[in-house]
Amino acid sequence: MKPLIQKLVETQGPSGYETQIRSVVRAEVEPYADDLKVDALGNMIVRKGKGGAQGIKIMLAAHIDEIGVMVTQVDANGFIRFTTLGGVRPYTCVGGRVRFLNGAAGVISMEPLDDMSKMPTFEQLYIDMGCSSSDEAPVRVGDVATFDRPFLDLGGRLVAKSLDDRIGVAVLIETLRQIKDTPHQLYFVFSTQEEVGVRGATAAAFGVDPDLGLAVDVTGTGDTPRRTKVRMDVSLGKGPAIKVRDGGMLADRRVVDWMVKAAEHLSLPYQMEILEGGSTDARAMQLTRAGIPAGCLSIPCRYIHSPSEMVDFADVQNAVTLLIELVSHPVKL
Amino acid sequence: MTELLPFLNELISAPGLSGYEIGVRPIIEKAWEPITDQLSTSRLGSLHGFQRGTGDEPRPSIMVAAHMDAIGLMVNAIIDGFLRVTSIGGIDVRVLPGQLVTVHGQKDLPGMIVPTPVRLLPTRFQAGVVPLEYLLVDVGLLPDEVANLVRIGDTISFAQPALNTGGETLTGHTLDNRAAVAALTSCLDILHSRPHMWDVWAVATVQEETTYGGALTSAFQLRPSLCVSMDVTFGSEPSSPSHLTFPLGRGPTLGWGPVVHPYLFKTIKEVAERLEIPISTEPTPRYSGTDSEAMVAVAEGIPNVVIGIPLRYMHTPVEMIALKDITRAGRLAAEFIAQLDETFMAKLTWED
Amino acid sequence: MAALSEDYQFPTVGDEQIKLLERLSNACAVSGDEGEVRKIVKSEILPYADEVKVDVLGNVLATRKGTGEHRLKVMLAAHMDEVGLMLTHDNGDGIYRFETVGGISASDLAGKSVWIGKDHIPGVIGIEPIHLAHGDNHQKPIDMDDLHIDVGPATGKEKVGDRATFATTFMRLGPSLRGKALDNRLGVASLIELVKHAPPNIDLQAAFTVQEEISARGARVAAYAFNPDIAIILDSTPAYDLPSWETDENDRYNTRLDAGPAIYVADSSTLSDPRLIRFTIETAEANRIPYQLRQPGGGGTDAGAIHKQREGIPSISISIPGRYHHSPAAIARLVDWQNTLALVAAVLSHLTPEILTSDR
Repeated sequence: MKPLIQKLVETQGPSGYETQIRSVVRAEVEPYADDLKVDALGNMIVRKGKGGAQGIKIMLAAHIDEIGVMVTQVDANGFIRFTTLGGVRPYTCVGGRVRFLNGAAGVISMEPLDDMSKMPTFEQLYIDMGCSSSDEAPVRVGDVATFDRPFLDLGGRLVAKSLDDRIGVAVLIETLRQIKDTPHQLYFVFSTQEEVGVRGATAAAFGVDPDLGLAVDVTGTGDTPRRTKVRMDVSLGKGPAIKVRDGGMLADRRVVDWMVKAAEHLSLPYQMEILEGGSTDARAMQLTRAGIPAGCLSIPCRYIHSPSEMVDFADVQNAVTLLIELVSHPVKL
Repeated sequence: MTELLPFLNELISAPGLSGYEIGVRPIIEKAWEPITDQLSTSRLGSLHGFQRGTGDEPRPSIMVAAHMDAIGLMVNAIIDGFLRVTSIGGIDVRVLPGQLVTVHGQKDLPGMIVPTPVRLLPTRFQAGVVPLEYLLVDVGLLPDEVANLVRIGDTISFAQPALNTGGETLTGHTLDNRAAVAALTSCLDILHSRPHMWDVWAVATVQEETTYGGALTSAFQLRPSLCVSMDVTFGSEPSSPSHLTFPLGRGPTLGWGPVVHPYLFKTIKEVAERLEIPISTEPTPRYSGTDSEAMVAVAEGIPNVVIGIPLRYMHTPVEMIALKDITRAGRLAAEFIAQLDETFMAKLTWED
Repeated sequence: MAALSEDYQFPTVGDEQIKLLERLSNACAVSGDEGEVRKIVKSEILPYADEVKVDVLGNVLATRKGTGEHRLKVMLAAHMDEVGLMLTHDNGDGIYRFETVGGISASDLAGKSVWIGKDHIPGVIGIEPIHLAHGDNHQKPIDMDDLHIDVGPATGKEKVGDRATFATTFMRLGPSLRGKALDNRLGVASLIELVKHAPPNIDLQAAFTVQEEISARGARVAAYAFNPDIAIILDSTPAYDLPSWETDENDRYNTRLDAGPAIYVADSSTLSDPRLIRFTIETAEANRIPYQLRQPGGGGTDAGAIHKQREGIPSISISIPGRYHHSPAAIARLVDWQNTLALVAAVLSHLTPEILTSDR
């Protein structure tokens, strides 16, 4: 599974510009798909299973887009001002490298700060592409880039950019490959534009019109050094997390119980997740049409939205095992 | 006929935080069962009560929404037998220290929100408001017992008992919006014994306090011709600005703003005047803060009207409401519905 | 690119269109109360559209079918509403409290006059004389809660719940147009012209929307109803192309006057469909129409609501740049309006279904 993860995280796919990553994912899933289509917003929707008397229509969603930056101005001296795609933070930018979709690269730096104890604002940051004038710049207003950072395998833990949510994409692909028999119609949705407000999944959920929805995405942890007991009760390595709520939704309590029971049945480690900010594609599924029971299987992840996100490989494998168990049997909520 | 005070008492004594409305839904089901033709539950858990109209098919229908979910707290960590919490819905943390609560664990556990000793707080919080992250819930049990009975994600309800103040008003938590559920129930009561041409969908919605998700999805499912939302609004209180609030006991309010269709507003106002039900106009220039926000933009759009019941001290555990405003709101909705005929939708236009 | 049918007449902007804009700009249509503009729109387009209806939220939805084969359904949206005020409390003696509807700053309101309600009853928003200001109060920002609308001795015609707008009469200033609510009467006027001059290769679905300034819910239900293949949103976006005080170069200009239609790549609510961005730029270049790329970032248009409707609708916004939106008067250039209309007409008349079969 690690080579798959590496391939996924080293491919570019900033929100709204998911062409490259979609084609990489397509190559991985096409042999296993009963049906595959790409919708108007670029969501790739893969159906597996015909469904039977015991079956329902289940949508599984993992987003293929990642955070990035977009050019707002190329100044006379060739420096690039930019805005963000998704939740980029200024402190993870400085000293970072970005790569545009046309291959051009640059480094992010900042204007001298008046007060070194304060965080720079995006207005103070710029990209230096090694040019001396606007004419030399290989990009223009509206061009997009992703953070540039190679995959790092620390053994039990994996580090990369865009593990949010390529790790969820990997879990879906692995599930699709391994699943033997399902009573359901499973719709694996590789969604777009999640980082800018779960936009892709909103359209995909309407189109798929499922009976049940499950997102697979990353969640934060509270297991890193800090001088307070106010911390999220999720850790790396203690199993996949079952979302109870996040900033945008209350997970359906029946879906939560269903996941808890399955994890306990398999004696898999799991954690209960309460995330204060952010949301996932599950929100879009919950609120589509006449509403559907929706939840989220989360992969604990440190340093989310930095160029060096970290997950525990055992959590990832356990997530696959749990997901296969969940969708292999009739669902009674 | 459901008697208001005991019913409302029962409603506000039941749990049912946003997403966990199963705690209150059976009580409403029991009250609606005898006065509706059909009861069902949406996929998100909203309760749909149907009263068939007498008009010719295809009949128009009206959806009346009152949200049944409550604000409250949720366990997000367990530290040495104490519970750390997060909020569900908009909670003013300043009123929390010292509040009695019920923790819905493996079983219901009485607890209280700790008035944190100032000396134990980080220096930066010693003066000023103690953030929610630093308020703990103590259930009086030993850590081992707590670990067995409570799980992260368990909900916590306020536990103040209702008080019938002065006979005319009721005070307690969750009157937002169980008072409107009671008003909707009294509307159904009236319509049960009164002919009405239109089909009526009474909907006790879920998750209003978080996403308006219940109203949004039920309106999409039922696709009514019109929507009414019944919710509480700001009652006049000593510290409140008079131009944003409405006196208790002087009748419901009718919302006026972008979610409200002017013809519906005009019609329901005329109904109130004809029946001498006192009402106030409540300007909501941008947002009504009700289920109508969601219902109005469902599918190709649905005309909405908003009925408000003045309530003091909203989103605290000592909300206060006048019983007769509840009765009047229910009656106003019922009388409005009873006068709807086959020609109504044709008359509902924009007077430009 | 496909050849245009020869009898298609491109829309243009001349005296007649400026007069239409003048009527639209002087009309009052605060979000939720768009009747005055709706009335003008309906009467202008009625002779040209195959179908015109007003939906339950007050959107005007018009369709004009083309004649070619394999026609795309293209939704064009322009919001009719403007930012403004609502009277919320009667203090007596002709004094009213109000709240803002949409983004208006207190300093833009202080010392300005307003029109109230359907009859445009005049009123003013005064503040205390500088002589009477306590201490350095006159150096502090104005608090919205201190402002009131004063209609003089009450006329009895205005009431709580009425909307009010800036009382600004439209004017032509040389190459420029000045008026209130040019955001988005410029878009409305453009869309009216496009209904009158709809290219035959598409089915045009014109949505004159309500409530863009507060929620875009008008656009949301309009898109649901039309269920188009593609949506193009016509709006007016701020030009902050003023001198920069601190840096040599103004790097936050958003758009510039005289630089042509502003093509949206990204704002806070939409990432324009990359195929439509490419196609619009190619069309502009092929037809030698000047254009600019709006600086990506904040802001939003009806596209935010439209592109997420149903199974997703490829969308793009194209705006006429204008200075000082959401204030008593905005200034836009005639030439930008002309070029925007020309670009949108060119894009529409060259659109074919192939655009949707390519990868986005």
